[in-house]
Amino acid sequence: MVSASMYIAQDKLTTTLDELAKKFELWVPVAAMEKQRVVRFMPYQAGMEPVLAEQSGLGPKNALLPQVETLLKFSYRKDVDDPGQKRLQLEAPEPPKQALIFGARPCDARGFLIFDQVFSHGPYVDDIYTARRETTLIATLVCLDEDAACFCSSVGSGPADMEGSDLRLTPIAGGYVVEALNDRAQPVMEVLAEPASEIQLAAARKVQEEAAQRRVGGADLTQSRASFLKRFEDMGYWREMVSQCLSCGICTYVCPTCYCFSITDEMKEDRGERIRSWDSCMFYTYTAEASGHNPRPTRLERYRNRVGHKFGYFPEKYQGMIACCGCGRCIRGCPVSIDIRRVAENLKESSDACA
Amino acid sequence: MHVLSPYRPELATIIEVIQETHNIKTFRVVLDDPEKMRTFNFRPGQVGQLSVFGVGESTFVINSPPTRMDYLQFSVMRVGEVTQKLHQLNKGDQVGIRAPLGNGFAYEDMRGKDILFVGGGIGMAPLRTLLLYMLDNRDDYGNITVIYGARSPLDLCYRYEFDEWRAGGVDLILTVDAEFPGWQERVGFVPTVLSEESPTPFNKIALVCGPPIMIKFVLYSLRELGFEDQQIVTTLEKRMKCGVGICGRCNIGSKYVCVDGPVFTCEQLREMVNEL
Repeated sequence: MVSASMYIAQDKLTTTLDELAKKFELWVPVAAMEKQRVVRFMPYQAGMEPVLAEQSGLGPKNALLPQVETLLKFSYRKDVDDPGQKRLQLEAPEPPKQALIFGARPCDARGFLIFDQVFSHGPYVDDIYTARRETTLIATLVCLDEDAACFCSSVGSGPADMEGSDLRLTPIAGGYVVEALNDRAQPVMEVLAEPASEIQLAAARKVQEEAAQRRVGGADLTQSRASFLKRFEDMGYWREMVSQCLSCGICTYVCPTCYCFSITDEMKEDRGERIRSWDSCMFYTYTAEASGHNPRPTRLERYRNRVGHKFGYFPEKYQGMIACCGCGRCIRGCPVSIDIRRVAENLKESSDACA
Repeated sequence: MHVLSPYRPELATIIEVIQETHNIKTFRVVLDDPEKMRTFNFRPGQVGQLSVFGVGESTFVINSPPTRMDYLQFSVMRVGEVTQKLHQLNKGDQVGIRAPLGNGFAYEDMRGKDILFVGGGIGMAPLRTLLLYMLDNRDDYGNITVIYGARSPLDLCYRYEFDEWRAGGVDLILTVDAEFPGWQERVGFVPTVLSEESPTPFNKIALVCGPPIMIKFVLYSLRELGFEDQQIVTTLEKRMKCGVGICGRCNIGSKYVCVDGPVFTCEQLREMVNEL
């Protein structure tokens, strides 16, 4: 029987990851660029140094919803009975491998809880996402590294929130205590060599308790639906809040809860693939129709839709759950300093407050 | 719940192509799997995603009724990439179909009522499905009136069927925007013709589909005639990708046109955010 809690010493971290990588497609946060240091989750390769002491710039959403992935393969073949005609053959994409996301944060794990609602709970089930979700384990750090843009407690989460995670990683002096949170986590625990000592476990409890008591962020944003709907047609408000928006789409790109995608075909000679790729509601072409009509023609309508989706429409559809995990990445990434907390908080104020 | 991949189309073969107008073609297709074709079931007003593999997918209403299952019919106006490619396909070519998708018309609730169809251009496609369904269940419905308009007589779809509609007891009022040599029917915009006809709203359902500008003025006319919002039904279009309520783009507030629509009553539309 494997012990319920194990320990990874900091100086054993890479050798442990080497072992885990033999069994899992392993995703870890690493500094991806040399000049501009960006930490992002990438498939682990020997020699990589994971960065666990700060939040990643781009979370692990790639692991469950790849930026580009194949939904379907197709090929045209000559019809043997009628050589003038081509016949189609369809092929499903390859099934997913066992995967492990190592070093996620509570906000990252929460993003996947939101994805689950959309992709796995019907009325139609996305078989590709759901299969990958079932074969992917998430090892989440108790978060000690919030900054001024973090607001996970405002969205009903918090730095010690382990909902949606399979393993808990608690940083203590000299290493990490690893605890299985469910039976799915056993294959990971089996790889780890060193059980956590009583002292290490006690240190981990202390870290967890302190994290659980910390409140990260300001006002509660979970009940914004009614005020959003009241603000919907108040274009003065949206102009005041987001007129500087550039439609660059970075907020959706880095967002752990943004899942909207496009489907396109790519083909070379007689073979091709139907591809799913991340899309962004910030782009004009996202909703532009062939007729020329666009229901969200300007940045104001598009940003309004983003706020509405997260704080108004999503809870209406999914039992009050809001589609924001409070990670703050959109705030850090925005080149024109739009702060979604400010936009969501101010929905409540009377309409003439910003007249 | 659907366990099969919602993104995987069924292969189907085109058995007939009808040139309706200069930029609209009607495709009649049959699913390649005979068992799936035999058991294919849908509601009038439901849509399908047609695939041209290598180009992409677009959404079209299935405009043949479930009472006529020799083939599934789609009318396609050539406006974008996929429709351009579809127009180049011929009898014998294969396409992909993901269908049925969406909600369809609440035709059960319309039984015993008089029906008024108001269509413009390609907007007749979804209405035709329900019209033929009603003709095939004629006793269930009261008087059926169709006001159908287009820019010119050459822009009217389903011209070869008008006699059948009339023979089925449909009061068919055809109109075009401007005088045209040899045109014996009405001349004038659809909303104007509707006002001239001034149908009573009593025990009636109005089904409206056409270009946005037509819908807008038809709604004015209908309200002037005393139609209530719950008596007016329309179908919406949005840019779509997945067609199954996941990819996120065809929303109007919390509703997705692909699964909650495309058919809505005006009463439902009024309760949604104003972002058509």
